[in-house]
Amino acid sequence: MLAIGDERYNFNVPNRERTFRLQALILRHLDWGEADRLITLYSREEGKRRAIAKGVRRLRSRKSGHLEPFSQVNLLLARGRDLPIITQVETIKPFSTLREDLHLISYASYLVELVDRFTIEEESNPDVYGLLLNCFDRLSKGAEAAFEVRYFELQFLNSIGFRPELTECVVCRERIQPQAQYFSFELGGVVCPNCKPKLPTAYSISLEMLKYLRHLQRSTYAEARKARIPPLVQVEMESLLGRYFTHLLERQLNTPQFIRSIKNMSQLTTDPDQDNP
Amino acid sequence: MPTPKPIQDVINAFSRLPGIGPKTAGRLAFFLLSAPDELAQDLANSIIALKTEVVTCPVCFNIMGRGQTSCDICQDEHRDRSLICVVEDAMDVLALERVGAYQGLYHVLQGVLSPIEGISPQDLRIEELLKRLQENEVREVIIATNPSMEGDATAMYLQQRLQPLGLRITRLARGLPVGSDLEYADPTTLVRALSGRQEMGVS
Repeated sequence: MLAIGDERYNFNVPNRERTFRLQALILRHLDWGEADRLITLYSREEGKRRAIAKGVRRLRSRKSGHLEPFSQVNLLLARGRDLPIITQVETIKPFSTLREDLHLISYASYLVELVDRFTIEEESNPDVYGLLLNCFDRLSKGAEAAFEVRYFELQFLNSIGFRPELTECVVCRERIQPQAQYFSFELGGVVCPNCKPKLPTAYSISLEMLKYLRHLQRSTYAEARKARIPPLVQVEMESLLGRYFTHLLERQLNTPQFIRSIKNMSQLTTDPDQDNP
Repeated sequence: MPTPKPIQDVINAFSRLPGIGPKTAGRLAFFLLSAPDELAQDLANSIIALKTEVVTCPVCFNIMGRGQTSCDICQDEHRDRSLICVVEDAMDVLALERVGAYQGLYHVLQGVLSPIEGISPQDLRIEELLKRLQENEVREVIIATNPSMEGDATAMYLQQRLQPLGLRITRLARGLPVGSDLEYADPTTLVRALSGRQEMGVS
């Protein structure tokens, strides 16, 4: 028998506070149970977290409108047995324009997928939070999406520890000379033409793109923005970074495929008008 | 003593259902064990019938009984055939039908676009909808996808695809739900409610 005052009587007394606050961006949601949703969010304080939002699929829910993907919110959460439960939520920036355009939805979803796939729960990284927040903010204000996404990709690689080596050859460590180069996904950086024979899988890249990659990698946003990246270089860059992400994740991302199908459709529906003015 | 296999099998089967954990599954299994034989028999039969007797309508992709050429709604002579309401899944048709205020036909997409989950337009019944609109005399398409990011994406995609057909495209209104409180409304909903406000005194 346990008596009051017995120290064993203190079982289960939590040594942490029952509720906690987070400032976060909503990444994605998944229907859960009867009327709940499982929300994945990226918080400033604790990095990626998952939490349950109770009853948000009901019409009368006061929370549902605040928990749409891409919103920036303040949350009050209660520690649950398994996942925390969202008890209060308040929007800081809704970024609703990101959800009102099909292209913006797909680009924002792409950023979200990158962050979701490359991060693990409860590992704080305020840089990633800031990057995503700034990128959402600029996209919602009409910034050029292709540039924003490329800049995000390079800065994101910096913050998560996969910064590609772009100034010296990853094999011989010699400085890169101004000539066409190769890129090794396995070694995560540029390979010079002399070392290329040792790495048959190295991927050919143009010197021009390499320059823009370096520029985006080490510049502040304001400086990087001044660069006018030629369309062909943009295509090359998108393809290289896409391959690099696929290599790192050992799987394909879902969103690039979606972005392509949206682009194809836009061409289908707008082309006839351009042909017959 | 380990649970006898027939009981454990039932428990395992129930645990795979949404919202049912091992405890609930166990309770259900033992309830069926002690209940009259017909109860278990009826349950088993109705579950088998569910999977064999329910198919999707080849016209609108709503659910229908096996052996029908199209679902009851598509066959109904009294319905307005120039009106098509596009919904995400068959449950939405049931919800709209319960209200009884809609007299047109439906088109069930069987899902919703989701870039992150990798659900692309070709995974939904969109080509079938376009074909249906080209072959039939349709005046208006009502897009009734959920007011969520995925529902909005689907609505915008449909709008772009349907535009060239030159018919009227509408979307269900969004605003404040009955019995709600302005104080708790989120900014997006409030903005929509303001921009979609309606003249009073006009029915």
